[in-house]
Amino acid sequence: MSQVQSHDSESSARGDHAARLYHQPWPSDWWLRRASFTLFMIREITAVFVGGYAIFLLVLLFLPAGAFQAAVQGPVSAFMHVIVLVMALYHTVTWLNLTPKVLVVWRGEERVNPILLTAAHYVGWIVLSLVIVGLVVFLAGGGA
Amino acid sequence: MPRSKEVFWWSLFSAGGVVSAFFFPATIIITGLAVTLGWVTAEDLHALVQNPLVRLYLFVLISLPLFHAAHRLSHLTIDLGLAHARRPSAIVCYGAAIVGTLLAAVGVITGL
Repeated sequence: MSQVQSHDSESSARGDHAARLYHQPWPSDWWLRRASFTLFMIREITAVFVGGYAIFLLVLLFLPAGAFQAAVQGPVSAFMHVIVLVMALYHTVTWLNLTPKVLVVWRGEERVNPILLTAAHYVGWIVLSLVIVGLVVFLAGGGA
Repeated sequence: MPRSKEVFWWSLFSAGGVVSAFFFPATIIITGLAVTLGWVTAEDLHALVQNPLVRLYLFVLISLPLFHAAHRLSHLTIDLGLAHARRPSAIVCYGAAIVGTLLAAVGVITGL
């Protein structure tokens, strides 16, 4: 019981301390002050489009045939998809460029060249993309 | 947040980042441009989405990227100087990802 009490007083003491910590004022437009900061912010904003497209796919699962077919064609749909595609590509490029920083591969004693690792990921991504588009065109089109 | 919980959400963020990086561009081209460019018909695309494997593929492409986006967007509120809104924004973002995942599961199961 005494242990619990001492723990409580300790945590409240920590709370007091935290309340008195100095917070440097932080302008909300900090990300406009340097190009690298702005690029970081654009990368974070890609999440809006990634999340938005995931929701679009979710809606597609439930749409009846007529509405589904309207959603995947026409100039408005194509235009919105192009914007989402640009943001998705920005996400892909920034993600693949960060890969060697997160994923360190060793071959024996030697670290695999990060550039080689990134290049391998790009090749994998392009091949995978061609396979997906090819499969859909083959299965949905003439093949099936 | 306890370290173990952070690791859990971060791994979902990371998995969603990989899935959206590798699969989103091609999938966006299919749902947005393939019909307009005349590669497939809208009817065939709709028929394809009724396939159970395709629906499973879409489930993965819905759920993990939602957690990826939730992670980034909930941190965005802190980056924009709204650190006091950290908790509510995390609850809204991750809550939406969880609801989206459950709805996608319903969409996949009812379509089987």
